[in-house]
Amino acid sequence: MNTAAVDIQDLDFSYSNPPHTCFTGLSLKINSGERFGLFGPNGAGKTTLMSCMTGLLPYDKGSLYLLGTEIKKHPKEIKKLIGFVPQDLAFYQELSPIQNLDYFGALSGMDSQSIKKRSSELLEVLGLTEVKDKAVQKFSGGMKRKVNLAIGVIHNPALLFLDEPTVGVDIQTRHVIINYLKELNNQGTTLIYTSHQLSEAQDLCYDIALIHDGKIIEHDSPENLFLKHKEKDLEGLFIKLTGKNYKEENV
Amino acid sequence: MFKLWASIKKDLLLLTRDKVGLLLMFAMPIVLAILIAAIQNNTFKIVNDNKVSLSIYNNDSGAISKQFVSAIKDAGMFNLNEFNKQFNGKDIVAEMKETDALVTILIPANFSSQIENKSKVLSAMVFKDLGLGGDSVETNKSTVDPITLYYSPVLQATFRQSINGAIRSSLQVIENKQLIKNLYTLVDENKSSSTLEDGILNSQIKINEIAASRNGARNIPNATQHNIPAWTIFAMFFIVISLGSSVVKEKLNGSFVRLKTLPSSYVISLISKQITYLSVTLLQVAVIFTIGIYLFPLMGLPELNLPSDLSALFVVSVICGWCAVSYAICLGVFSQTQEQANGLGAVSIVIFAAIGGLLVPSFAMPDSFSVVMKLSPLHWCLESYYGLFLEGGKLKDILMSIIPLLGITFALQLISFWGLKRKNLI
Repeated sequence: MNTAAVDIQDLDFSYSNPPHTCFTGLSLKINSGERFGLFGPNGAGKTTLMSCMTGLLPYDKGSLYLLGTEIKKHPKEIKKLIGFVPQDLAFYQELSPIQNLDYFGALSGMDSQSIKKRSSELLEVLGLTEVKDKAVQKFSGGMKRKVNLAIGVIHNPALLFLDEPTVGVDIQTRHVIINYLKELNNQGTTLIYTSHQLSEAQDLCYDIALIHDGKIIEHDSPENLFLKHKEKDLEGLFIKLTGKNYKEENV
Repeated sequence: MFKLWASIKKDLLLLTRDKVGLLLMFAMPIVLAILIAAIQNNTFKIVNDNKVSLSIYNNDSGAISKQFVSAIKDAGMFNLNEFNKQFNGKDIVAEMKETDALVTILIPANFSSQIENKSKVLSAMVFKDLGLGGDSVETNKSTVDPITLYYSPVLQATFRQSINGAIRSSLQVIENKQLIKNLYTLVDENKSSSTLEDGILNSQIKINEIAASRNGARNIPNATQHNIPAWTIFAMFFIVISLGSSVVKEKLNGSFVRLKTLPSSYVISLISKQITYLSVTLLQVAVIFTIGIYLFPLMGLPELNLPSDLSALFVVSVICGWCAVSYAICLGVFSQTQEQANGLGAVSIVIFAAIGGLLVPSFAMPDSFSVVMKLSPLHWCLESYYGLFLEGGKLKDILMSIIPLLGITFALQLISFWGLKRKNLI
């Protein structure tokens, strides 16, 4: 039986300070091996939902299973299986890519031999081998993004969360990153991805969900959603489903 | 264990990249220790070894003023420069400014004859009181023009008072000598017995000096014994700049967030930071103490003498270092920005040093500070070190300083843990 990579049922989550309800009764199922994209306007709840899924925020009610295991009950086991590439450059820029990979690999539970082997592969595939010993702070934005991604996948996660992994990078770097994500998915890693780069998302994702005001308003393949809403691309679909509210929100 | 080792390795690498932090942790306290020790060493020398340079301008040509100068010389406290010319106050002030002299005395003209007259009046009064003769006493002849003491305004009041006391004592000697001489003259004795004169004029009672040290050793306080422990503590606590901002940086750059998604705990990172920076504080102790032992003598400063109980010195250094690390982590946990951590860290350490007795000796502080002083962890560190360095104590002798230090350390650890928990960071 194919276990769902993510299975969320009736999820409630509220911020306490200031008090603000984010989700009430949110449900979402993402199959294993999927390339899933979560989209929505700013403030819709994408990052909060991703934070709940990665265990960064504890949800109030409902259930959240990752790869068949409830995250609240077995956080340590789950964390061995997931990877996270945050929007911020969450690593030590004073250190080199190899030093960062050594550290985060060890904290992911890998032994030194595995770290060495995997680091070498990642640096090669992401084009960082020549600069592997240089301090990251001297790198371009695109190279830093590649390091951010490499750290997130060092332990070969079965489920990878990506929060805008290509923000602020040039087209060539984006191409390298997206191609690598596709390759990872081909090897069996489930991708959960958010971005405002909708053309990139359309190229990457097999399955998408649109979230608005803490509710999943659509969840299907892009093709089915285009047919249903008579749109030809993700950008048109996005504006059709969230545009009006988005404008009102900004006003 | 591998996770902890990887964290320590990462923290060490980050530390080596922090050039400013390293400079603050090592170079600054070493420079301060050398500078302050050199300055204080001169003061200690003045108090303990050196004679005070004293200029005497003698406007009197009589024998008694010469005896007075001789008595000052015999006091053993001064190196005298005598000038037997006519000087007035303005000349002396100008001369002192030109030569940077600290203390000068001016003996007035007619000093000898006035002392002579005064002793005659006093001896006549004695005779009259005893009913041995002398019907009338001319008391108006007993006034003596004052001796003037000129001093540099930079001279401390206590030091000035001790000079004043030594001069007054010499003056007393020659006045008494003259009085005895006159009394003998009045009873028609030509010369007093020198043994009797010595017995009257010089106190035969000895003053024994015993240092109140725990091991009974007579340690002469020197600038190195005071300054090296004090500035070592200052250096240890100055790791707040590097460690505090390192914690803030991890909170801000997302490393904390990433760590929370890994099968690890930030507690490992905290333990790693404590081990790394505790090692740094012990390295600071080793470096600064080594400088005190080997470099200071080459620079003409007193050598640092390590306490006899070296294991106690190690234990105290570890506890002081741990307290410094705990303070830095606590500050890092509660600071919102690196600038906040750096500013607050530096200022708070200077304040703790000031109230803790590192900048001003605790005995010189007002009584109202006695409670505030005890709130400074640096005070307890200093008390512990002084117990070993100056009092020759063992570990059991300084327990009353170590216990509050451990108390402060545990409190800081708990507050940090609570802060991280409250911010959902662990």
